[in-house]
Amino acid sequence: MQETQIKPAENLAQTAAPARSRKFLIKLLIDLALIGVGIAAYFIFPDNLGFITRILIMIILVLSLDLVLGYAGVATLGHAALFGAGAYGAGLFAVYFSADPLLGLLVGAIVGAIIAFISGLFLMRAHGLTLLMLTIAVAQILQEIINKERAITGGSDGLLGIDMDPIFGIYAFDFFGKTGYLYALTVLVIVFFALKILVASPFGAMAKGIHESAPRMRAIGTPVYWRLVGIYTISGFIAGIAGAVSAQVTELVSLEAFGFALSAEAMVMLILGGLGRLYGAIIGTVIFMVVHHTAASIDPFNWLFVIGTMVLIVVYFVPEGFMGLPVKLRRWLRWQK
Amino acid sequence: MSVGMNVGMEVKNLQMHFGGIVVADDINLTLKPGDRKALIGPNGAGKTTFANLLTGNLTPTGGSIHLDGQNIAHLRESQRVKAGVAKTFQITTLFKKMSVRENIRLPILERTGLGTKMFKKAEAYPEVEAEVEQMMTQFNLRAHADIEVHELAYGQQRLVELALTLALKPRILILDEPSAGVAASDSHMITDAIERLPKDLSVLIIEHDMKLVFKVANKIIVLVNGAILCEGTPAEIGKNQQVRDLYLGARHDT
Amino acid sequence: MAVLSGILIDGLSYGMILFMVSVGLSVTMGLMRVINLAHGGFALLGGATAHWLTTNTDLGYYFSVILAVLATMIFAIAMEKIFYRKIYKFTELQQVLATIGITFLMIASVNFLLGSTILPIRSPEFFSSSVDLGFRTLPVHRIVVIIAGMAIALGLYILLDKTRFGIQLRAAVDNRNMASSLGINTARVYALSFALGAGLAAFGGILGAELLPIDAYYPLRYMVLFLVVVAVGGLGSIAGSFFAAIGLGIIDTAARYIVPEYGTIFFFIAMILVLLLRPQGLLGKK
Repeated sequence: MQETQIKPAENLAQTAAPARSRKFLIKLLIDLALIGVGIAAYFIFPDNLGFITRILIMIILVLSLDLVLGYAGVATLGHAALFGAGAYGAGLFAVYFSADPLLGLLVGAIVGAIIAFISGLFLMRAHGLTLLMLTIAVAQILQEIINKERAITGGSDGLLGIDMDPIFGIYAFDFFGKTGYLYALTVLVIVFFALKILVASPFGAMAKGIHESAPRMRAIGTPVYWRLVGIYTISGFIAGIAGAVSAQVTELVSLEAFGFALSAEAMVMLILGGLGRLYGAIIGTVIFMVVHHTAASIDPFNWLFVIGTMVLIVVYFVPEGFMGLPVKLRRWLRWQK
Repeated sequence: MSVGMNVGMEVKNLQMHFGGIVVADDINLTLKPGDRKALIGPNGAGKTTFANLLTGNLTPTGGSIHLDGQNIAHLRESQRVKAGVAKTFQITTLFKKMSVRENIRLPILERTGLGTKMFKKAEAYPEVEAEVEQMMTQFNLRAHADIEVHELAYGQQRLVELALTLALKPRILILDEPSAGVAASDSHMITDAIERLPKDLSVLIIEHDMKLVFKVANKIIVLVNGAILCEGTPAEIGKNQQVRDLYLGARHDT
Repeated sequence: MAVLSGILIDGLSYGMILFMVSVGLSVTMGLMRVINLAHGGFALLGGATAHWLTTNTDLGYYFSVILAVLATMIFAIAMEKIFYRKIYKFTELQQVLATIGITFLMIASVNFLLGSTILPIRSPEFFSSSVDLGFRTLPVHRIVVIIAGMAIALGLYILLDKTRFGIQLRAAVDNRNMASSLGINTARVYALSFALGAGLAAFGGILGAELLPIDAYYPLRYMVLFLVVVAVGGLGSIAGSFFAAIGLGIIDTAARYIVPEYGTIFFFIAMILVLLLRPQGLLGKK
């Protein structure tokens, strides 16, 4: 009986195969095009590499937030805790131990993961406002600790004296930020594809399941709490990478790395772009930062009007974020006919 | 002291207090493989509480729950699921924005220990996919495989829920109000599905719909104020004056 | 003794300010279930209006304060009708986004009209004088703040416990659907309590300007502070906000007196401890 039932399944898979592989191809092309944009930006905006590098780093951070908030549905306003942990982890490692970038990157990632794991142990039991406040508190407390240990960390003056070695001993970080840019881009591409695999995996499916219905996940035997701790730890690893790249490329870490403003901005960028989609994290970050940068350079005093208006327009008219725009447009066009 | 015949589930002297209120009062119950028992009782009799005590959603304050001779009364919900106790929900809490296929895939991944795999696609495990297809066939859901669950009719959502729970390959299945919210015209879908459950599965049905209970159950347990009033075959219960008074009385009230 | 009384008095007055600004937020979040990050914006608007009135008109301090609070309340009612009605139906995250957007616009407006410097409020001379209590001198401003805070707490208690509006408000916090099915005009209750909360925030912002100086970025700078009070006190609980504000005010002040190098660490540790033991806050409902 079993055999007769499996056969149609195989048939189904076969007929669906061409469509599926075409979809896969299109997605791959989009990804390659995005990488192409990243490389093109290097040649088109040689004078703005510093700013674009900041965008790339921010995308890594927002991607890590998307894993927790967009996929697993855990609202946090303290992601800067993990970013800061990675930044200070990599920065202190560079100052006191070794200035090798890749080693430092790993250290930053691991410090981010450790902080996420430890704080996750109590954060992942909380919900709603309580959770938001606890995540804020973790970032604030880390900030105060770093501030207090100024002898080691530089306190509110920031951590100075980072002087990175060349990558692989060959590619030195240059004054114009060319190496830094390509380094950040490479890290971003790796993180993006790793996350792409992760969210499509059984583990990723479980995260989405927890988001949709945690009670049901418990009822199918999932240890929801430990899964969430796991997801948060992975997110900490990636946020730590973002922090580490930031520390290495700018050769400076300041207390702002733990700031509430950074957590809040990352969240705004993610919701703007669209939750639970990796492209959403990218688009939201790029649009927010470019609009911010442009508005602030045109009118350094009143740019906040632009940001505020943009945020309100999105939330009132495209609540799914920029990623929801194509669907909205299509629906609107159909309605026009 | 191990239980004499230790296959199946044996609940002994189960107690639960909420503050000063007793919600489960010295409940004894056995479920053998192949049993189709129904738990009935007026609203507030403690049926759902009892179900939650069995699944580990609540922890009992006294008594024991033995599964194949092993006490599981103090295991967490997810551990009890792995031990073989599964329950459907009174209110559907499916993964509404996932397709039927994705819904059924999750419990199978979890049961087979693949839930923490990170490097392959969720749909890349052939043995899991084969089982997903089989469950969909068993519950007549193949036609809706790629439709998001919230777009299905309520009766079909119930079937998805049954499929999802059965995919855990439980030995003890607790059906909490399987017909609640299902249109009368669709209730045969539920009855059919229950009748087609694996024969060696122990099933405990908590249900309001007496027609359904008398159709599928071979033993009926009546729960009142957190305690068992009586237990018997549908014929016996149907004749029991106490139960008739209780139910006719309750009907008149509402 | 001097340190202890200093901590108590400064902590109490700090707590009173936190209470006045936060209590409206607690009601908004408990009643309308809105994560309103723009709440501090009402304190800013009150403070900025009071600044403008006291420096550009001859209305005098008291009249300026009343006018500023009333203006903020009227503005809040308009905001409630235009923006918040829709925000009530948003998901939590959309609420966060929407109210951050509103906050940005408030900041930008004040920045545009009055600039980004600190906006001092000219208060009566005797506010900055001191009273000699025998064992120490006490700035009058602190006494004014403490008395005002107490008066508002008492006023709110009477309002909620003894008036029809209060009964309706409490019913709505407990169970919205029930309240509206009992014939309570919940839309009106929402609008009034929103305006009241905004007015109190404005008043607290003005009185607290010495401790939490008013400038355009005020709502962002102190957003976390007000949210902490609400979370620790418990959503929708006015008494909870009162005790949380005083407790946190004293803890923070004590830390500044005794171990200034630790910054706000004890403030946040206190919050974590409360929330770990009581996730719903001191007096919040589950």
